[in-house]
Amino acid sequence: MTATRARPGGGSRPAALLGALARSRELTLVAVMLVLSAFVTLRAPNFLAPDNLDQVTTLAAIFAIAAVGEALVVLTRNVDLSVESTMGLIAFIVGDVLRQQHLPVAEVWLLGLALALVLGMANGAIITLFKVPSIVVTLGTLSIYRGIVFVVANGSQVSLSDLPAGYSNPATETLAGIPYFVIVAAVIVTVFALALRYTHFGRQLYAVGSDPEAASIIGVRNGWVVFAAFSLCGLLAGVAGILWGIEFGTIYATSASGVVLQIVAAVVVGGVAIAGGSGTVVGAAIGALFLGLINNALLLLLLPQELLQAIYGAVILLAVSTDAVVRLRNRRVAQAAAR
Amino acid sequence: MSEERAAVAAEQPAVPSALARRRAPLAALARWELLLLLIIVILTWAGTQISKYFLTGANFANLTSAVMEVAIMALPSTLIIIAAEIDLSVESMLGLSSAVLGFLWAAGVPLQLDIGIVLVVGALGGLLNGLLVARAGLPSLVVTLGTLALFRGLAQVILGTNAISSFPAWFTTFGFDSIPGTPVPWTLVVFAVLAAAFWYVTHATWVGRQIFAVGKNKDAARYSGVDVATLKTALFVVSGIIAALAGVILTARFSSARADNGTGLTLTVVTIVLLGGVDINGGKGTIPGVILAVFTIAALQNAMRLAGVSSEYQAVAIGLLLIVSVTAPYFARQARLVSDRVRGGRHPPATAVDPGEVIP
Repeated sequence: MTATRARPGGGSRPAALLGALARSRELTLVAVMLVLSAFVTLRAPNFLAPDNLDQVTTLAAIFAIAAVGEALVVLTRNVDLSVESTMGLIAFIVGDVLRQQHLPVAEVWLLGLALALVLGMANGAIITLFKVPSIVVTLGTLSIYRGIVFVVANGSQVSLSDLPAGYSNPATETLAGIPYFVIVAAVIVTVFALALRYTHFGRQLYAVGSDPEAASIIGVRNGWVVFAAFSLCGLLAGVAGILWGIEFGTIYATSASGVVLQIVAAVVVGGVAIAGGSGTVVGAAIGALFLGLINNALLLLLLPQELLQAIYGAVILLAVSTDAVVRLRNRRVAQAAAR
Repeated sequence: MSEERAAVAAEQPAVPSALARRRAPLAALARWELLLLLIIVILTWAGTQISKYFLTGANFANLTSAVMEVAIMALPSTLIIIAAEIDLSVESMLGLSSAVLGFLWAAGVPLQLDIGIVLVVGALGGLLNGLLVARAGLPSLVVTLGTLALFRGLAQVILGTNAISSFPAWFTTFGFDSIPGTPVPWTLVVFAVLAAAFWYVTHATWVGRQIFAVGKNKDAARYSGVDVATLKTALFVVSGIIAALAGVILTARFSSARADNGTGLTLTVVTIVLLGGVDINGGKGTIPGVILAVFTIAALQNAMRLAGVSSEYQAVAIGLLLIVSVTAPYFARQARLVSDRVRGGRHPPATAVDPGEVIP
């Protein structure tokens, strides 16, 4: 879309215009969501029922957390296809340990998060040490991490009855009317949004994504930044995996298979440019909510669920095409201004 | 005479090293392909240790026909990766092709016509990828990730969770039978013809040279008159058609058209291409290398199946193999650096020509 996010306060008028366009992606998405919600409410009034809204936002919160991690990676011009396997692996292992050992739940969660971090670090290490494309490496780890789940599961599944009493309750509980998961997601999104905007690391992430050579000239250690992005992506996929386990209670070896498309779609729809260097984690989170809304609309309007996959695909294509159009227009504006 | 040549050589020390450099990738490729051959031999030996049926004709037919869909899809994918792009959508185009084929056949359309329509669908899907990548200038990674979801979604819309079988005998015979009296499956013939055609086009025509040029340096290729956009669009169209053909073959082999046919095969296709020595960054690779990689994967999968390894673990092995083959060039580079350093140590004055020849 635009590189303004990488150098805020560019000052000149085209830069200001670019900034306005960049912000408009989040606003556009919110507007589309409001229209879609209004439409669904007219056709199916139970959309606005608190139960339904809680469920939509709770599920979207899980995807938003994973999408924040994916956004960090995409900002550095990379992609992580293995997030869904990390989610499934952490969901299963946490459930598996909880049913076999009588350990405090918090400790098992920490164990899960540590493992998730290691999986992310493994991706980052292979990619930065051997200087190989992330798409290929994470296509490989997508299947390797999923394979580990099959080894651990060995044909079994974790049922809610195996887990500590009330394990799934947080999925339906609310604080001041807001579902717990939404609060967790909001905290994570806020922390990362602030970190990207105001910390050294955040600015380096944008620098590496905008122009790796320039970044290394000004002293950014690109490899470390990319490694950190993948590590955090793994960690956040672990958080999403734990929440997934709490939400569904029943965990299979195939849990969360195929959700990487939804996560990447959320990131791209949320305005994070796949070419790196531009976009926000807030956008990615809004993108996740938007896709969750579409999912819910299909359910409520009694449309076939088979459409979902096709819609995700179309949404990805639409979002990247819009990016290209905006980029083209920006270039024309910049050229006009230069003349 | 010899002094003259030595003098010339001394004046132009860059020439021999440039020659050596030009020969080096070829030599490296030859080594890579030899390595693959060696792996195939080892796997064959391992296969005979696992099962006495490994070297039988029937098992050869099994082993090859099991990978023919990914094998034919790997051919256009090789060219796309040489041109520094990627097509992740092939597995979904395979599924869409299978779904359309089943839908039309169930609706009473003659099968020959169905196959024609399916190939057109493949071409259109490839055209969509090609236009978005080559004309709109979008990254192929996201575009084909989008169509990976889109094509699979369309397949699900068309066929839902139904499975269409009851195909005519000639069709299923083509899918899983061999040429009578030989252990050669009919589908292997399709692969052989396509592989020969791709080999010829890639390594003996100007189209092939253009593909390599685009992969090495897109801008340089454009300035020297290559129509980069059309070339790339054509590659994606071919990839779509071949993926649709793979859908036809898979439907015939399983004798069942399902929307989820071929899920996860992109991993195998990309693994075959990279294992075949094609550089993921574009500009380098050979069709013979990829053909050897096809048989390496076939032997590996077959050996694992005979050893009773479940399909989930087979996917893990393929994933590991993918990472090994993508990191292999790094280790090769390191090894070359080390050997250069060792050689540099033996001949401290690092001149391009042997000093002994210059001074008689």
